[in-house]
Amino acid sequence: MLSKRVVACLDVKNGELSKGVQFVATEMLGDPVAKAKAYYEDGLDELVFYDITASSDERNIMLDVVQKVAQEIFIPFSVGGGIRTREDAAGLLMAGAEKISLNSAAVLRPELIKECAQAIGTQNTVLSMDVRAVTKNTACPSGYEVVINGGRKAMGIDAIQWARKACALGAGEVVVNSIDADGMKQGYEIKLTRMVAEAISVPVVASGGAGTPAHLQSVLTEGKADAALVASMVHYGDYRVLDIKQYLHDQGIKVRMNY
Amino acid sequence: MGPSVTIVDYDAGNLRSVQRACEAVGLRAKISGDPEVVKRADRLIFPGVGTAETAMVTLARLGLDEAVVTFFKTGRPLLGICLGLQILLEHTEEGDRDCLGIIPGRCKRFEFGDPDLKVPQIGWNEVSQSADHALLTGVPAGAEFYFVHSYFAMPDKASHVLAETTFGDRTFASVIGRDNVFATQFHLEKSGRFGLDLLAAFGQWDGAVC
Repeated sequence: MLSKRVVACLDVKNGELSKGVQFVATEMLGDPVAKAKAYYEDGLDELVFYDITASSDERNIMLDVVQKVAQEIFIPFSVGGGIRTREDAAGLLMAGAEKISLNSAAVLRPELIKECAQAIGTQNTVLSMDVRAVTKNTACPSGYEVVINGGRKAMGIDAIQWARKACALGAGEVVVNSIDADGMKQGYEIKLTRMVAEAISVPVVASGGAGTPAHLQSVLTEGKADAALVASMVHYGDYRVLDIKQYLHDQGIKVRMNY
Repeated sequence: MGPSVTIVDYDAGNLRSVQRACEAVGLRAKISGDPEVVKRADRLIFPGVGTAETAMVTLARLGLDEAVVTFFKTGRPLLGICLGLQILLEHTEEGDRDCLGIIPGRCKRFEFGDPDLKVPQIGWNEVSQSADHALLTGVPAGAEFYFVHSYFAMPDKASHVLAETTFGDRTFASVIGRDNVFATQFHLEKSGRFGLDLLAAFGQWDGAVC
């Protein structure tokens, strides 16, 4: 039986681990490679790195981080942030990433998903979408809207419709980030996650809001997510990955316990 | 110096991660798309991600399809990974393609009535040994490996199924092999410690089943 995955997300800024709350107020937390390695040894199932720097010079720092991670960590990891072309995607794969994660650039130019899927395979092309709750309206009938540029720009696009379209274009997995829940440690946006999971036929990774292991349990059952992403709750040392997995296991959720 | 392996390069995904995993267990790994180098390799790793159609077209264009079959006939150890397992069979439903035919059988797509079962299968799943094999002796019961795939192998002969995995209501062959060929549907280069152990064992394997 397929296990549910616990995924740690590391936001990397100028080669350093950082963590924001509701996508702003970033705080620096040290060497991302060392952190990633500690999680790997604790039985983490997968890693996601988001490059939250903007300029092209700094992108080389990210490639360096990716190469270091690939030498030491033998679980899948994806990289997102600033991927605008299929060449960007291929370069990250060459540096050692397993998958690439598209976000704002795909919203602005959806064909990018198709180009990347053709170049590196559907299963390696992840759509990451940042979503906020809005009053239901004609543009966003689900009551969830896609936002871009780190949550700064609302697009007037319905989140569920976007997820469906992205899958039709070749996204092999969808990460659903709730901006409202991000960094608040009050739990995932269960309703949003479940709506996306029921709308598409590829795996869904829930993101934003994890504060306790019980939050992961909810989103992996009620929320129908295939994987749950954690950040603050492990970066600050509140929980270790192995404690989270033990909790899920004790609650009857199938997770990888032998590692 | 450790044993040397050659990784077949046919533009089918991230060969560097396979190479790094080899290096992590002390194998000297080189990547090559030259049919002559492939035929002469001490040990061959045949990886692959992407679609079977693209892979078969590229292999034929580079002359690597024949090179891999020729290598197999030498009796030296051959390891297939993921798509590299699927195209060892005779045929795949993916694009209705004929493949290398090293192992009799075909590949079929996962199909489920339950909409909660997502395809591709992405993630960690248990691999249960179903036949004796030298390379599987070190894999503990219940060990999980990392899978990413939409198609699965159906070898004609039960004796070619070395281990099985269950996804939804489907139990499929997650490790297949015969003679000097051993192939895993999962990515052993991304499967943590147990994956690395298996890769290290391949580096020492003499190509005999038991």
